[in-house]
Amino acid sequence: MEIKRINDHTWEIPKEGDMNVPALIYTSAKLLESVRRDMTLKQAKNVACLRGIQRKSYVMPDAHQGYGFPIGGVAAFDMDEGIISPGGVGYDINCGVRLLRTDYNEKDIHERRAQLLAGMFKAVPAGVGKGGITRLSRNVLLEVCAKGAEWAVENGYGTREDLQRTEESGRMEAADPSYLSPRAVERGIPQLGTLGAGNHFLEIQKVTEIYDEQVSRVFGIDSVGQVLLMIHCGSRGLGHQVASDYIRLMENKFGIRGLPDRELINAPIRSQLGEQYYKSMSAAVNYAFANRQMIAHWVRDVFAKVMGSSEGMNQVYDVCHNVAKFEKHKIDGKEREVCIHRKGATRSFGPGREEIPEIFRSVGQPVIIPGSMGTASYILVGTSEAEELSFGSTAHGAGRVMSRHEALRRFRGEQIKQEMESRGIELKSTSWKGVAEEASGAYKDVDEVVKVSHKAGLGKLVAKVVPVGVMKG
Amino acid sequence: MERYRFLRHTADAKFQAFGTTLEETFINAALATASLMWDWEKIEKKMEYRIEVSGKDLMQLLNSFLEEIIYLLDTKMFLLGFPENLRIEKKGSLHVLNALFKGDKYSDKYKIHGDVKAITYNEMEIEQNAPFMVQVVVDV
Repeated sequence: MEIKRINDHTWEIPKEGDMNVPALIYTSAKLLESVRRDMTLKQAKNVACLRGIQRKSYVMPDAHQGYGFPIGGVAAFDMDEGIISPGGVGYDINCGVRLLRTDYNEKDIHERRAQLLAGMFKAVPAGVGKGGITRLSRNVLLEVCAKGAEWAVENGYGTREDLQRTEESGRMEAADPSYLSPRAVERGIPQLGTLGAGNHFLEIQKVTEIYDEQVSRVFGIDSVGQVLLMIHCGSRGLGHQVASDYIRLMENKFGIRGLPDRELINAPIRSQLGEQYYKSMSAAVNYAFANRQMIAHWVRDVFAKVMGSSEGMNQVYDVCHNVAKFEKHKIDGKEREVCIHRKGATRSFGPGREEIPEIFRSVGQPVIIPGSMGTASYILVGTSEAEELSFGSTAHGAGRVMSRHEALRRFRGEQIKQEMESRGIELKSTSWKGVAEEASGAYKDVDEVVKVSHKAGLGKLVAKVVPVGVMKG
Repeated sequence: MERYRFLRHTADAKFQAFGTTLEETFINAALATASLMWDWEKIEKKMEYRIEVSGKDLMQLLNSFLEEIIYLLDTKMFLLGFPENLRIEKKGSLHVLNALFKGDKYSDKYKIHGDVKAITYNEMEIEQNAPFMVQVVVDV
């Protein structure tokens, strides 16, 4: 495969064969090595072959092999000629991250970290097979999917200010829950307000570095040592079911002939099935927003109980990592609406975009990039350049380099816990095996990922945080 | 004969399941999937669910069949111990699979050690002649 170095952080696979556009990879010489070892680049080429793709098939610095689309893949499609693909969004629709600030310094909570973690473990259901604390009727579930985080706020979880500080204000208007299958609804009912398992987590963090004081202040991040809270989870079984349902419906309707990978199944955006998928996906996006809204509320409750107050625990922002959206972008000098797929990528809009909350409009949106378990996470700010470079997108995490199976062979959960404790990080998990699977050694170096984002201009560094307490699903 | 074997995959779990018939191979694929979440050998066979799935080809059939395990976990907290009486038939243009899922409801006596979010078509392979083999990547 021909791959051309353009500069220190950009490589290109020129157009060849059935590709409609080239593939552009934002990476470093070091990260490229691991990307070349799996199917990432082949998958980026496959995406470039899809109908109506605009500009380039983009690959973010944390990319790794996915199914159909790579994880860390960004692609935009013409609204009339183009397609929408469940595989371009992923199974965990609106898997995303929410960040809360606090007025606490790490010194304030140091002695009570274990207590806080135990409280969160009790308040937030986590792990496989754990149902939520609420029994919902089918109708309420449909309302959740129509209204997203707004439903949660109306029902006493958090504040209206949280909504302003959520991508899409916590609700995708396009959602139409009537297109959800009975199975999707059935899976959604017991799991609302649950963290899930796998790479999902709740983290108590402290700020260790501030790179851009002016921007960080706008975000509510004021000082080194400040305690932040990060919530990473998604739409649970409901979202997975939406993806599986529409993959099957599209297969049956449009067939799989000519597709290099069955997971690339898609439908024209303007087709009935394409529109139904978009409306169902939006419903799943809303479910995930409501989910994180509820969890954030419980986390504040725990702080109120253990520390005496949850005042100042405002939301910094909530971002989607797996989503498709209709957005306006400049293409060949003209502004046009396109259907953007971000699969394992974060929107990274710069100053001025009307989609971002007014409070951030002078600086750009917060971009939240969680690291792997026990390592640093980063807060970045979106840039105007990113709109040109990647349709306003950047990385979403560290990105795996090792299979979970391999991680299990190499790491022991108990040892990882000890090692993290020696670095001052408390860890609580539902499963030792899960801890081993998520060992930081199985991931790319998140420091290198954000460095590429910063240098390439996809998203600029604002602050670095490290965990002091980790609750893993 | 070994029932299943896990292979290298960057992000997810990839396995091959084997059998002397297609039916046995599908059973072993179900056990491989269950093994990512719980120890199926330790699940008591106290409950049962009759399942019927169809597919326009064997890959769709396999995908839908394995998805039943996740669906029953999410909605009934059911842990599969063993799929019994598994039959695969051709009905018109469809492949139809019937089976009896024997297992138990999740409780504290069982340990769940992992999550399977979805069954994917990624790198899926089905060897339809002896020795039978299916290869599956699941999203974990």
